[in-house]
Amino acid sequence: MSDQSQQTGKPGLITPFNIFAVIVLIIGAYLTFLRFTQGLGSITHLSDNNPWGLWIGFDLLCGVALAAGGYTTSTACYVFGMKRFHAAVRPAILTAFLGYAFVVFALNYDVGRPWRLPYPIFVSPGTTSLLYEVGLCVFIYLTVLFVEWVPAALEWLGIKKTRDVIVNKLTLVLTIFGVILSTMHQSSLGALYTIAPSKLHPLWYSQYLPLYFFISSMFAGLSMVIFEGSISHRYFHHLMDEEHKAGFNDLILAFAKGASIIMAGYFIMKVVGISADDNWAYLGTGYGLWYLVELFGFVALPSFLYAIGVREKNLKLIQWTSALTVVGIMLNRFNVSLVAFNWQLPAADRYFPSWGEFGISIFIITLLILVFRFIVTRMPIFYEHPQFKDSHH
Amino acid sequence: MSISRRKFLGLIGTAGATVALGGVAQAAGNHHFEGYPDTYGVLFDATLCIGCRKCEAGCQKVNEQDLPKPEVPFDDLKVLDAPRRTSATAYTVVNKFADAGAKGPVFVKKQCNHCLEPACASACFVKAFTKNATGAVTYNANVCVGCRYCMVACPFNIPTYEYNKALAPRIMKCTMCHPRILEGKLPGCVEACPKEALSFGKRKDLLAAARDKIRSNPGVYLDHVYGEAEMGGSNWLYVTGVPFKNIGMREDLGVTSAPELTHGALAAVPVAAGLWPVLLGGIYAVSKRNEKVAAAEAKAAAKAGKAGGIDTAGEALTKALNKLDDETAKKVKGDYDKALAALTAKKHHGGDE
Repeated sequence: MSDQSQQTGKPGLITPFNIFAVIVLIIGAYLTFLRFTQGLGSITHLSDNNPWGLWIGFDLLCGVALAAGGYTTSTACYVFGMKRFHAAVRPAILTAFLGYAFVVFALNYDVGRPWRLPYPIFVSPGTTSLLYEVGLCVFIYLTVLFVEWVPAALEWLGIKKTRDVIVNKLTLVLTIFGVILSTMHQSSLGALYTIAPSKLHPLWYSQYLPLYFFISSMFAGLSMVIFEGSISHRYFHHLMDEEHKAGFNDLILAFAKGASIIMAGYFIMKVVGISADDNWAYLGTGYGLWYLVELFGFVALPSFLYAIGVREKNLKLIQWTSALTVVGIMLNRFNVSLVAFNWQLPAADRYFPSWGEFGISIFIITLLILVFRFIVTRMPIFYEHPQFKDSHH
Repeated sequence: MSISRRKFLGLIGTAGATVALGGVAQAAGNHHFEGYPDTYGVLFDATLCIGCRKCEAGCQKVNEQDLPKPEVPFDDLKVLDAPRRTSATAYTVVNKFADAGAKGPVFVKKQCNHCLEPACASACFVKAFTKNATGAVTYNANVCVGCRYCMVACPFNIPTYEYNKALAPRIMKCTMCHPRILEGKLPGCVEACPKEALSFGKRKDLLAAARDKIRSNPGVYLDHVYGEAEMGGSNWLYVTGVPFKNIGMREDLGVTSAPELTHGALAAVPVAAGLWPVLLGGIYAVSKRNEKVAAAEAKAAAKAGKAGGIDTAGEALTKALNKLDDETAKKVKGDYDKALAALTAKKHHGGDE
């Protein structure tokens, strides 16, 4: 039975992952019930001193950064004219769309009155706030990503007319829109913290924070495409058409090259930032050591490893490096939002996530993977729909 | 002189545009907002505070709709032994700093400082905070989403949140008794203070009073009015006889207000909207043109090939080459034969000799 299912490439319903997923969903449902009946205090370690925790540091900051593969890939393909990466655009757009959709979903747990999430845009816009700017851009970008993704669903459903209009007329406009909106909100997420110089450790606080967040989102996106593509090739290989399979190695090399160069630039910008604020003395402290671990272990090292991987065409090395880079991005976002935030408070007042917070975050990632799997096993994501072959932009 | 209707409307339009542009130009220039004139404030004198917690009780009394009575009564002074901060059930708390001064403990009252340019109001993405003409910074729960960015933004760690309310949690924060001020009454805490450690008045008068206190009591006060400049200044002002950092008040906040800190990042945002379409459109045009040129060149090459008849030309070339080969071979063979013959002849002659 299992042999047969492996041959057809369609495993049965009872797999280790599915069992895990069901358990996570049950726990998640219970935590959701607690959250919306007893408030944030019942399942989180958030406090008056630590109003933002794991759900902002991970679900929002990491989620948005790692969903940057959408705009980087579509820009490479449609704007820079690297048409050979066409097959990679759909998976990247789908990942970005689901990434943003679940970022917004996760926010429903964190904010006090989630049904008021449209308020900043439609009821009482607070235009002096960087969070307003983030909210507006994420809202519009989610719409853009939806429109970019929807042709796959329309092909699946066989609705040709609308699909053709979007693909033929809107692709370039949507791509450029994607870059504008991504530039704005990726950077604004970093800029959120520029309002609190007294709370964020000087090594992480900088007027360049918006620039750091935007530039790092680029290599986060590129690395995520490599990382997630590698995993997809392992589990969804049977779904991929020849163009997708053939182009992937080429894409890995090109994206690794891009990421390596951008990370080198990012490294220099970080050094310039330390210099601009004259923060050299802090490097000798415990926080300084931690900063150097982030900068050398998770920026300089992966940049170097990517370069070697590209030169020697070592795909394995590049794939491992992409994982290292993704971890590095998460480390950076955690450092800004949690580790270096409130660094001056006594240890007793510091924050560490509760089990409930971890539970909801894992619940949301699991949901995302399930929806991703549902879509790629049904819609033309890893292959071109036979009816629409060569009719892409 | 007659003015046509169209001309009149045009003039009005021009005037309107000039007014509008004038306003914009002023805002974008080096315009400085001094704050509302004649705003009120409170001056706290740490040398007079005895830590009786009457202000806390007074605050709860005037806000009893929102603040519950505490489990430990206000006259129990043991709570002063542990440091406290504002909470969802207490807009103001008094802290005791036992080792702060040589002449015994120093008490400090903590509550919203009502900044001149409030970080919370600047950070709020639904404009839930208002800086009123009275000086009070007030909060409107009717638009609040509960994102808690105001709490992240506040340099004094003042706003608090109702973490245990499931569906309608609010931000909880001192209002400087804005409604009471409008009625001509004193804030609850000021009214309750038995020692005149709190004085209410116009901020500019309070600043003058603070300076006067410092000047006329040599050796009693430090020459620093906290709140005059911190984070752009606040309506709550403090004087003390011991360094502020010894009584839990940060001296490293700087004088830049929160809106100024984020102004640069916020101003850069629209630049992206303006620049990217131009740059990316340009890059797209270049890559598109490269494609076109390459395609045209390939087409031209193919055309040129076809006009000459690539196939026939190729055949001719092969034939020519073959012919050449044949000729060369013949020629070489002829030469070789000749040479061989000559050699044989030479040998022959030589043999004869």
